Amino acid sequence: MKSMFRRKPGLSAIAVAAALAATGALAQKTELLVYTALETDQLKAYTESFQKTNPNIDLKFVRDSTGVITAKILAEKANPQADVILGVSASSLEIFKAEGMLAPYAPAGFDKLTATFSDTSRPPSWVGMDVYAAVVCYNTVEGQKKGIPKPESWADLAKPVYKGQVTMPNPASSGTGYLSVSGWLQVMGEAGGWKYMDQLHENVAQYTHSGSKPCRQSGAGEFVVGISFDFRGNDVKQKGAPVDLVFPKEGLGWDVESSGIVKATKKMDAAKKLMDWVATKEANMAYAKNFALVAHPEVKPSLPHIPADLDKKIIKNNFAFAASNREKILAEWQKRYGAKSEK
Amino acid sequence: MSATPDPAYGSIAPGSPQLFGRVYRPRLRVHWSDRVAHAILLAAGAALAVFLLAPLAMILAKSLESRAGEFVGLANFVSYFRTPALARSIWNSAWVSALVTAITIPLAFTFAYALTRSCMRFKALLRNVALVPILAPSLLAAISFIFWFGNQGLLKALMGETQIYGAPGVVVSLVFATFPHALMILVTALSLTDARLYEAADALGTGTVRKFRTITVPGAKYGLVSAAMVVFTYSLSDFGIPKVIGGNFNMLATDIFKLVIGQQDFAKGAVVAIILLAPVAVTWLVDTRVQKRQSALLSARSVPFVPRPSRGFDWAMTAYCALLGALMLAVLGMAAYASFVKLWPYNFSLSLDHYRMGLVEAGLFSSYLNSLTMAFWCASLGTLFVFTTAYLLEKTRGMGAWRPFVRLAAVLPMGVPGMVLGLGYIFFFVEQANPLHALYGSMAILVVCTTVHYYTSSHLTALTALKQLDNEFEAVSASLRVAFWRTFFRVSVPVCLPAVLEISRYLFVNAMTTVSAVMFLYAPGTVVASVAIVNLDEAGDIGAAAAMATLIVATSAVVCAVYHVLQVWLDRRTQAWRQ
Repeated sequence: MKSMFRRKPGLSAIAVAAALAATGALAQKTELLVYTALETDQLKAYTESFQKTNPNIDLKFVRDSTGVITAKILAEKANPQADVILGVSASSLEIFKAEGMLAPYAPAGFDKLTATFSDTSRPPSWVGMDVYAAVVCYNTVEGQKKGIPKPESWADLAKPVYKGQVTMPNPASSGTGYLSVSGWLQVMGEAGGWKYMDQLHENVAQYTHSGSKPCRQSGAGEFVVGISFDFRGNDVKQKGAPVDLVFPKEGLGWDVESSGIVKATKKMDAAKKLMDWVATKEANMAYAKNFALVAHPEVKPSLPHIPADLDKKIIKNNFAFAASNREKILAEWQKRYGAKSEK
Repeated sequence: MSATPDPAYGSIAPGSPQLFGRVYRPRLRVHWSDRVAHAILLAAGAALAVFLLAPLAMILAKSLESRAGEFVGLANFVSYFRTPALARSIWNSAWVSALVTAITIPLAFTFAYALTRSCMRFKALLRNVALVPILAPSLLAAISFIFWFGNQGLLKALMGETQIYGAPGVVVSLVFATFPHALMILVTALSLTDARLYEAADALGTGTVRKFRTITVPGAKYGLVSAAMVVFTYSLSDFGIPKVIGGNFNMLATDIFKLVIGQQDFAKGAVVAIILLAPVAVTWLVDTRVQKRQSALLSARSVPFVPRPSRGFDWAMTAYCALLGALMLAVLGMAAYASFVKLWPYNFSLSLDHYRMGLVEAGLFSSYLNSLTMAFWCASLGTLFVFTTAYLLEKTRGMGAWRPFVRLAAVLPMGVPGMVLGLGYIFFFVEQANPLHALYGSMAILVVCTTVHYYTSSHLTALTALKQLDNEFEAVSASLRVAFWRTFFRVSVPVCLPAVLEISRYLFVNAMTTVSAVMFLYAPGTVVASVAIVNLDEAGDIGAAAAMATLIVATSAVVCAVYHVLQVWLDRRTQAWRQ
């Protein structure tokens, strides 16, 4: 039902804005500077949804990929520009939390959200919005041609038959890459995880910069198998590429797009309003258009190629581990695979 | 090599107007308009200091700081060299650049030889085809080679077990991208030969090979060195190509990106920037020295070389150039073709999907418009700045101590890779304390950075044109107490219009295609088309990336055509005096 009206708010928002402008109410608008890694089209929908209840708060976005926006926020640490960080990976927000850059705040309705998708401190420094998990894209046409079987598990991908046929995102530059690596280290233990990656490395043809590329490359038949994330996998298959999505049985590494208030903000009230919206059911329904799993347990998205029980397939994730060990893990990864990455 | 300075190259010979001017200097300096000239020159120099030297200084500073901003001396360098993966990139970048130079120079030399020394047919056409890569962002070649030789490439069969990803792809793409740059330099070098040398050799019955070895090559020696330097530097600092087709083959330019963007390690990024700056600075120094000695090559008594028809040779040259031209078009054409293919390699039907869904619906068309905006401002304001500064340097007097500094700042950008410049810009402008902080994330900073990045060539073009103009114009104007800007607008600009247009075209096309300098500087609202290509490719959307690259080539081509028409028209109207 709701979805039928989704496209309309644009018009009504303009109408409302025009009416407000006529009465001079616009003069009292607050403008929030929001740093985000969300996609542009998502931002449009989210802003509309937010402004339905908060017409007096304007959102101005600075948008970039997770790595870039994280770099930016850290670079500005001494003098933060943003009021709110919206839709950036939890591993990054954990870093900001550790740096003391976030103002803890429990938005209205926070207790209704799935607890494991948000900060464990109370009040939470960051609130989760939606989950993206590692999946494996497998090109059925090329697989058949080359006699390469469809993998069922992470362990399968380390078998010699996949030599030179796997691509995965570089954990240093890609959020998807990092959540996969931190996932393996958590599931298999540190020693087991590195041993697994040593074997996997023998099969990896390319470490890409982005988490989308491996699945797109698999879809284009450049490489048979790509380690990517759920939404991109769904999208590539939807567009007609001959891929199957594999959800390895050991469990999927994952991360949460999350939001938090920057401690230095001078617009705390407006920032809290935005955080309140983040936790609403309505907001979660907007996330559900792009993600298979969202923080509000009553909102059940349905992406055609992602199983409904995705929440059962993901691992138990420790974001504090992922954030505090980030630098160490990346350095180790670089040492092991960076040096012999030339093929 | 004769040491006599040649007036055509602008050296000051005794009795020249410059000296004439100097004699009367005390009287001439009285005119208040000179002070205006000084003020502008001062401002221009200050601008170059702020937008070139200060960012570079910031890189140096950052490389000596820890992440927390404390001074740590050379610790970052030490830890860099202790990371084998990073240190290895130095070697990778070095040998790839050397190999590209070794391949490109002979190819381009033969092509240039054909253009200048043979009577081959379709010269103009072949020359233009060979210059086509200039219209495209360097990434286009890499994208195209993936469609030709990638795992699902049309000619994958030719590759056997070899992968195009990695060094092979990087090398061939760089050869394509650097070819026209080398060609232009070598054509100039080969056109500068004195025909009398060949006449003398013929009279003495010298053989063809010997003539080539003893006259042609030595004559073009400086051009060869210069072209080799340009190709080597380009290869060393290009970011787009290794990013797209490099696979796991790490090079310095991609390392900077990974360190700064991926790992947020600004200090190590600065270290790589300095490592990148060092060899480039060396080649640049060598080149400037070599260029200085070049000037005495042609004298007023030289006779231009006119090639004589020779059937076999001309045909061979036509065949060679046609083959290379065809290869160029194949590379360009593949990117254009692939941008229309619906779902490579499973559905080869043609559609506009990549343009419609991949670009317009994805909200990326605005980045194309941003590119046009940026190119427009570079081509207008950038040209104005470059030409005015060159004019003031060349044609006005006074402020003797300031001039060498401005001159140096004007030729320095050639030695600064775009990635390094861009990184320096973030370091410098992100600081809140910087009064120019407001520029950060604006379109203006992209325009400034791009203009500075391509400053040297533009400056040299302006200088060459201005030097052809007799300084007597200024001397006479000054003695008649005419303000310098009158002379500037009524004499210098009209006479130098071809050069002004050339600078403007050069800045426009480069602004459309540049990646490296703006890679760190764009804000969400100012993403330009070439950056969008990197992002699209990074996300694996290579079809849309090809579409955007094709759009850029088409735009650059149209713009060049417009400039050409303008040039022809202007030539007719303003250049009659040259006859």
